[in-house]
Amino acid sequence: MALLRISSPHTQRAGHRTSWVMQMVILATVPGIAVQTWLFGWGNLINILIASIAALACEAAILSIRRRSVGFFLKDYSALLTAVLLGIALPPSVPWWVTVTAVSFAIIFAKQLYGGLGNNPFNPAMVGYAIVLVSFPVPMSQWVGVQSVVTSGDSLSFWQSLQAIFQTLPTIDGYTMATPLDGFKNKELVDSATAFNTIEALQTANLNAWLWVNIAYLLGGLALFWLRIITWHTPVALLGALLVMSGVFYLFDVSHAATPLFHITTGAAMFGAFFIATDPVSSCTSNRGKLIYGAGIGILIYIIRTWGGYPDGVAFAVLLMNFSAPLIDYYTQPRSYGHKKSKKGLKVGEEK
Amino acid sequence: MQSPQIFSFHGGIHPEENKAQSLQLPLGRPSLPSELVLPLGQHIGQASRPLVNVGDRVLKGQIIATNNGFLSSYLHAPTSGTIAGIEERAIAHPSGLSDLCMVLWPDGKEEWTELNPLDNWQAQDATHVLAHLAQMGIVGMGGAGFPTQVKLQGASKSPLTHFIINAAECEPYITADDMLIREKTAELIEGIEILQHLVKADNVVIGIEDNKPTAIAALNALLSERGSEIQVAVVPTKYPSGGEKQLIQLLTGKEVPSGQYPADIGVLCQNVGTCVAVHDAILAGKPLISRFTTLTGDALQAPQNVEVLLGTPITHLLDYADSDETKLHRLVMGGPMMGYTLDSAAVPIVKTSNCILAATKKELPTPNPEQACIRCGMCEQACPASLLPQQLLWFSKSQEHEKAEHYNLFDCIECGACSYVCPSSIPLVQYYRHTKSSIREAREANVKSDLAKQRFEARKARQDAEAAEKEAKRIARQQATAAKASTKATPAEQAEPAKAPAAAAPVSDEAKKLKIDIAIGKTKLKKRQKELLAAQEAEHLEEIQALQLQVTEQETQLAALEARLSKISATPVVPSSAPDASREKAPVNDELKKAKVDVALLGVKIKKLNKQLADTPDDQETKDKIAGFEKDLATVQAIVKKLGTATAPATKAAPENSTAKAPINGDLKKAKVDVALLGVKIKKLNKQLADTPDDQETKDKIAVFEADLATAKATVEKLSVAPAESSTAPSEKTSSNKATTASAPPIADDLKKLKIDTAIAKAAVKKVEKALKKAEEIQAPEADAIRQQLVEAQQRASDLDKALADAVNGTKTTDSTATEAKAEASVPESSAAEAKPSTPAAPANADAAKKRKIDLAIAKAGIKKAEKNIALLKEQGKDEAEITASEWPAKLLEAQTKLAELEAATDAQSQENN
Repeated sequence: MALLRISSPHTQRAGHRTSWVMQMVILATVPGIAVQTWLFGWGNLINILIASIAALACEAAILSIRRRSVGFFLKDYSALLTAVLLGIALPPSVPWWVTVTAVSFAIIFAKQLYGGLGNNPFNPAMVGYAIVLVSFPVPMSQWVGVQSVVTSGDSLSFWQSLQAIFQTLPTIDGYTMATPLDGFKNKELVDSATAFNTIEALQTANLNAWLWVNIAYLLGGLALFWLRIITWHTPVALLGALLVMSGVFYLFDVSHAATPLFHITTGAAMFGAFFIATDPVSSCTSNRGKLIYGAGIGILIYIIRTWGGYPDGVAFAVLLMNFSAPLIDYYTQPRSYGHKKSKKGLKVGEEK
Repeated sequence: MQSPQIFSFHGGIHPEENKAQSLQLPLGRPSLPSELVLPLGQHIGQASRPLVNVGDRVLKGQIIATNNGFLSSYLHAPTSGTIAGIEERAIAHPSGLSDLCMVLWPDGKEEWTELNPLDNWQAQDATHVLAHLAQMGIVGMGGAGFPTQVKLQGASKSPLTHFIINAAECEPYITADDMLIREKTAELIEGIEILQHLVKADNVVIGIEDNKPTAIAALNALLSERGSEIQVAVVPTKYPSGGEKQLIQLLTGKEVPSGQYPADIGVLCQNVGTCVAVHDAILAGKPLISRFTTLTGDALQAPQNVEVLLGTPITHLLDYADSDETKLHRLVMGGPMMGYTLDSAAVPIVKTSNCILAATKKELPTPNPEQACIRCGMCEQACPASLLPQQLLWFSKSQEHEKAEHYNLFDCIECGACSYVCPSSIPLVQYYRHTKSSIREAREANVKSDLAKQRFEARKARQDAEAAEKEAKRIARQQATAAKASTKATPAEQAEPAKAPAAAAPVSDEAKKLKIDIAIGKTKLKKRQKELLAAQEAEHLEEIQALQLQVTEQETQLAALEARLSKISATPVVPSSAPDASREKAPVNDELKKAKVDVALLGVKIKKLNKQLADTPDDQETKDKIAGFEKDLATVQAIVKKLGTATAPATKAAPENSTAKAPINGDLKKAKVDVALLGVKIKKLNKQLADTPDDQETKDKIAVFEADLATAKATVEKLSVAPAESSTAPSEKTSSNKATTASAPPIADDLKKLKIDTAIAKAAVKKVEKALKKAEEIQAPEADAIRQQLVEAQQRASDLDKALADAVNGTKTTDSTATEAKAEASVPESSAAEAKPSTPAAPANADAAKKRKIDLAIAKAGIKKAEKNIALLKEQGKDEAEITASEWPAKLLEAQTKLAELEAATDAQSQENN
């Protein structure tokens, strides 16, 4: 009778593995992907496919160089999740090599070089996104418009999408346009009311399209919350801060600033709040820390959108807050049982 | 009866309960196994001490092992039978190691020993009840096995707001407490009432999880029937609500402060099993010999609760519950969350075994391989102590112990909730356990290395001192040989051969005395060093420092003495080469001056120490030091006196010397000063005595000083007579002159010595008497030895008294036996000096005597240490049995016998010398 000798606890919550967590997050993006595909064509799906292949290839290559078990680590689905998030974030018509560049940077530099899953200080997907956004601004600023507002009056078919991605579609300009955020950013000194009437990117149909996309990601995020994979702290703080910022500045200058609703229903607001900012590895860890972290991202998004050089600022906001996450963690420890107050900072060597 | 308010605690998990399986069958009572194995350490604290021998027949309930210290417990025979062995057996312990167990072969008769219920417990004193509980071997049956009487004692120190009975039983699978409440509701409530009578808390609450409706109903029914004040608080099922800290938070809303105990916030927790055991112990007089245990797990075909005798091997229980060995994959003692795995089923049930979980592979599958932590925070949400497990893991892995401690690692209760929820299957608790133990190890290592450093420095200092001493000796030897060579060369040159010995005599006398002083000093140094070593070994920091100081002091003294000696041994050349008498006088006078300075120095030192003593009147250390210095002082004073007398003959030796009166007058003066000094000292000591009237030490000292005073006065008288005598023969030859003057002081000296010896002997008698009294108080076995010693000491004192009387009567035959007998504390150079006269055997004897003296001193130090430790043990509130059990009485006895032996040897030796 060979009895197993291990330390307690002897049971584990069944089925709730890291791979399960990753799968659930991927699944939670499905509504959003569906809405994006329905509105903007197959581009995103093809991007996700390309990104996934690139991500798994990069991960496998680096793992074998690091002499780690390739199968074991590929099965944690983390590389796949990064690929999916990047595929969603990149414009549907972006050339394939942009996607591949973004994904390989994300996997190789932002993740594996730091030691793999769990050791990356920055959100890999956002690192990849930021790299291509800075390096290739032209393809990155082209987003496919909904069929009723683009000049061609149609959305890209699957074949056209493929052609666009492999750069063999000369008529691509007929399908793309600026995003509402881009449009609003470049309205110059025109006041808001005029801008919404004149700029094509700000037409109601386009705004509604983005509203649907955001609602879809909100639903996916709520599913994650319901599954207890994420806590409410980061998304609520992020969206709250974004609302407060845009609300305050809207009240200051009604004629030129956008409404808070515009801010949280366009661009990557919901996607960022529920899928990017909640990446546990690179975010804050305590509940209070997550509140500060989320609020910081919200504020930075607004700042970058309004005064920065980019129409949307989720990627940079998240990366900036990734920097400060360890510091925030030191100052937001929860009050442990039996302690009068929580410990702050890291007073190593002093009274414990 | 209103139900109490329920609070909540952070985190917690809801694992599958799996409690139904073991509640299908009624309570089982397995048959007697063929042998019972009773580990001696079934509780927290020291293991019990066996009271019976192999082969003894014991009755059911008979005490077979007694408690072995404050935090220990009794052990009883669970059934009647024969003790088949006291040996190492495998026990149920996470380490999987074996431990000392008593093996009992039941005879099947179940013959009870006489039971002693505590009938009128309400009228009994709390301490009496607690003592009864201790004797019944009651320990906390919830898990840790903390001796109940100790816990109750601790709780009774502060007023209690809540007395909580822990019936939560939050671990999955376990139903032993549930079954116990159902089966023994009345006993439980009576047990709670007894405990409440002892601790008198404001509220008595039974905390129970809502998954035990039958037990709750039974409790409520009986409580309302009895109209009891005891409340039942039903808490929601959530692991780990049965953790002491969590249950306290659930029922009182208060948290036990980190690093403190529940009693500090006025809460006492007891497990239901303990309460029932208390009931049995008080009302039925039955000791703790059985307990309820859950046998469960899918590998058992008849999972159930059993009431089982302690010591029953688990194999026996597995057979009883029809275990399927082919399916058994993991055997867990305790629940699946906090239990530990067993290597084999051949281990016994102990007082804290609440569950045996015989799991199949499907039930408790092999854990998945550990994946990377993604800091998902699920552990943080589950942690009942509100820690950040993911951060702790990070710090544990990177061995950043300070950070881990800063993140309150030591508040982790190791409940396993974090590991349970971890999606990456990280054995978090195991990481924390490992880090905790490495932090503890590091702390211990720190303390150890500090001590080692100190020890090393002390050793280095000692070695340096030894080297210096050797060097000094070498120089002295060199100078001595040089001097000898020159003296050998000079005799021919000497104009007056008669003058040379006369002039050399005092100097060689001086050298002799100094040599003796050095020997004594070295002995003292050695003694101090030995003490220092002992202190270092025992790791007493304060003592080490004090001793180190003393050692260095002693070393400097010794060095000074040696320097003086080398100077003196070099001087004999001077008088022979220079016939001028004034030159001869100079070194002696120098000596005198130096000795006087020494006296002054020692006086200052003693004063300082006395001041210290006033601050800390109980400091034996300081007292010892003072005694040592006083001895030194006496020695140096003797030197002063002798030198004073020596100057006289030296002066007389000079041909130009006209009167012998002057030196005698000098002596007289000195003697008078001595009288005055001693008077002052006695006055001071009396004052001290007034402060601490019971200080035997001071009394003894006063006696010594008074004796000194008497002697000094006698000297004064004699000397004031002497001038007349000496002036009658001013023109006599040097030799005769010397004889007359010299004859008087020796007698006075001897007399003085005798008096001192007598006083010391008397003091010794008193001390031994005191020791005897103490020994009788604690009924120590060494009382006889002390009595023997007392008789010896008294004999010695009376001997000395007689000798003193003889001496006073003018008999010149000084009783050297008596003087020698008192060797260790007397003015030692006198005896040594007396032993010298021309007999060839004398130096060897003196050497032997010296060695014996050292041994005596060591033996005495040993006795003192042992006595001190015994006193300390008493202070710590240990009872006699424990003190008797500790090593110190034995050591004391040993030291005392050695001392007696040595003293006898010394006596014999000194008689031989005569």
